[in-house]
Amino acid sequence: MQRETPKHLFWRRFRTNGLAVSGSIIVLLLFLVAALAPYLSPYDPGHIDTKYALQPPNKEHLMGTDQLGRDVLSRMILGSRISLMVGFVAVGIATIIGTLLGALAGFYGRWVDITIMRFVDIMLCFPTFFLILAVIAILEPSIWNIMIVIGVTSWMGVTRLVRAEFLSIRERDFVNAAKAMGAKDLRIIFLHILPNALSPIWVSATLGVAAAILTESALSFLGIGVQPPSPSWGNILTAGKENIEIAWWLSLYPGLAILITVLGYNLLGEGIRDAIDPRLKQH
Amino acid sequence: MSYYLFKRLVSMIPLLLGITIISFIVIHLAPGAPTGLQTDLNPKITAEARARLEAIYGLDKPLHIQYYLWLKRLAVLDLGNSFSTDRRPVMDKILERVPITVLINTLSLLLIIMIAIPIGVISASYQDSFFDKFTTVFVFIGFAIPTFWLALLLMIFFGANLGWLPISGIKSLNYEYLSPFAMVMDRVKHLILPIFVSSFGGLAGLSRYTRSNMLEVIRQDYIMTARSKGLRERAVIFKHGLRNALLPIITILGLSVPGLIGGSVIFETIFAIPGMGQLFYISVMARDYPVVMGVLVIGAVLTLLGNLVADVSYALVDPRIKVA
Repeated sequence: MQRETPKHLFWRRFRTNGLAVSGSIIVLLLFLVAALAPYLSPYDPGHIDTKYALQPPNKEHLMGTDQLGRDVLSRMILGSRISLMVGFVAVGIATIIGTLLGALAGFYGRWVDITIMRFVDIMLCFPTFFLILAVIAILEPSIWNIMIVIGVTSWMGVTRLVRAEFLSIRERDFVNAAKAMGAKDLRIIFLHILPNALSPIWVSATLGVAAAILTESALSFLGIGVQPPSPSWGNILTAGKENIEIAWWLSLYPGLAILITVLGYNLLGEGIRDAIDPRLKQH
Repeated sequence: MSYYLFKRLVSMIPLLLGITIISFIVIHLAPGAPTGLQTDLNPKITAEARARLEAIYGLDKPLHIQYYLWLKRLAVLDLGNSFSTDRRPVMDKILERVPITVLINTLSLLLIIMIAIPIGVISASYQDSFFDKFTTVFVFIGFAIPTFWLALLLMIFFGANLGWLPISGIKSLNYEYLSPFAMVMDRVKHLILPIFVSSFGGLAGLSRYTRSNMLEVIRQDYIMTARSKGLRERAVIFKHGLRNALLPIITILGLSVPGLIGGSVIFETIFAIPGMGQLFYISVMARDYPVVMGVLVIGAVLTLLGNLVADVSYALVDPRIKVA
C-alpha cells in the first residue's frame, strides 16, 4: 500500500472537520460577494435620496435605508471589499515583519535575539488599541493608513512563533548538512528552515485576518477608520449608534456581518491547525 | 520575596524607557502640528504668530532635546500641560480619570475569573456533554463578536426598548438628590452594561483556556493516583486538578491587561464614561500631544504592573519557583 503523503493527510483531516469546512465556505462566499459586489448590489450604494431616509427593512430595501436614504444592503455588499482588503494587507504586513524578525532572532541568537525580543516585549506593553488610535489620528484616517498601522502593530505574535520554530529547526541534521556544504546564511534561512516553519505561520495569519477585521470595524465605528461616504461595516454602525432609538436595522446587520466573517476566519484557522497537527488541537 | 520584587522592578526600567521612546517617536513623526487646529480655524493668523505658538509649546527645538526635556519632567511625574483650552497639567487630567477605568476593568476581570474558570472546569470534566458543546459555541461567538456592536445591541434592548438600564454616563442627573441607598443603586445600574460588555471577550478566551488546561491536567498520572486512592471526584477536580491548571491561567490573566485597558477606549466612548479611554479618544481627536503621550505611557505602565502582579502571584502559588 502506498504511504499517505502529508498533503493527503492534511486534506483528509480538514475535509472531515465540520467546523473547518463551514469556516472555509463562509470565507469563500465572502470572496465571491466582494468580487461580484457591483453585480450583486440592488442599488447604487452612494445614491442619496432623503425622501426615503431611515426606512425599515421592506420589499424594496431588504435591510432598510440609512439616514440619507441609501440602500443598506448595497452598502453592506460594497463594505465587504473593505474588510477583505484590510484583513489581507494588514496581515500581510504583520506576517512579513514578524517572520523576518523571528527568523533573524531564532537563527542568529545571542545579541540579535536579545535585541529583537526586548523590542517585542516593549511593543507588547502598549495597549495595542491605544497605539493604533494615536498613530491613525496623527496620520489622518484613510484606508491605507489603517491597513499599515494595524500591520505594524500586530507582528509580535508571529515573531515569537517563528523564533520558536527556528530555534528547534536550526539544530536539525539537514541544517547542519547545508552548513557543512557551505550554504550562505540567507539560503539556509529562506530555503531550508523557513519552508519547514510555514504551517504555524499560516494558522496565525488566518486568525490574524479575523483580528484585523475586528480592529478596522472598531476604528471605523469610532470615526477614525474608513471615512464616509465610503461604506464600511464599522461606519454603517456609527450611523446605527446615532439613530439608536429609531433605526435598529442600521445596528443589527453590519454587526452580524462582522460576526459571521470573523467567525469564518477563526473556524478556518483552527481547522487548518487541527489538520496540520492534531496534537496541537485545543481539545 | 522583597529581593525578588526588587529584581522584577529593576528589570522594568529598560522596558519603561523603551515605552517612552516609542510613544515619543510615534507622536512626533506626525506631519500635522498641534498648532494646526488653532491656526487653521483662523485664516488671518500670520506665520510669525504660528511660530510663536510653536515656541511656547517647545515644538521648535530638535526632537532629541524635546525628548530629553520631557523625560526629565517625567522623572518628577510632570507630564506637562494639556494643549486644550483648559491648559491643565496632564497628570491631573489623567489621574482624575484613572479610578473609574481601573474600577471597571478590575470588576470585569473579577467577573471573568468568577464565571470563566467554573465554566472551563465543568466543560472539561464533562467533555462532549451538552453543556460543553453549548459553551464551545458561546466561546466561538465570544471571540468573533465586535464588543462595540454588543454594546449597541444591549443599549437598544435594555435601554431604548425595555428602559431598564441607563445607556450613558456613570450617574443620573438627579444623583445629588438621591438617598444614599438610591445613590449606590444608581451607580450599579450605570455600571452593569459597561462591565458586562468589557468582560465578554475575556470570558470566552479564559473559559476556553481553562478548559484546555484542565483537559491537559486531568490526563496526568497524579490525577489517576488521586482517583484510585478513592478520593471524591470533587476533591480530585478542584484540589488536584484545578490547582495545577491555574498556574498558566495566572500568566494569561496578566497578559490580558493591555487588551482590557485598550478596550476601555471603545466602551467608555460608547457609554460616555469619563475614564482614561474617553480622555484618550478626545485628546487623539484634538491632537493634544501631551495628553496622548501621557495616556500611552500610563497605559503601558499599568500593563507592566499587571504583568508584575501576575508574576508575583505565580511565584507565590507555585512552590517550585524560589522567590527568596
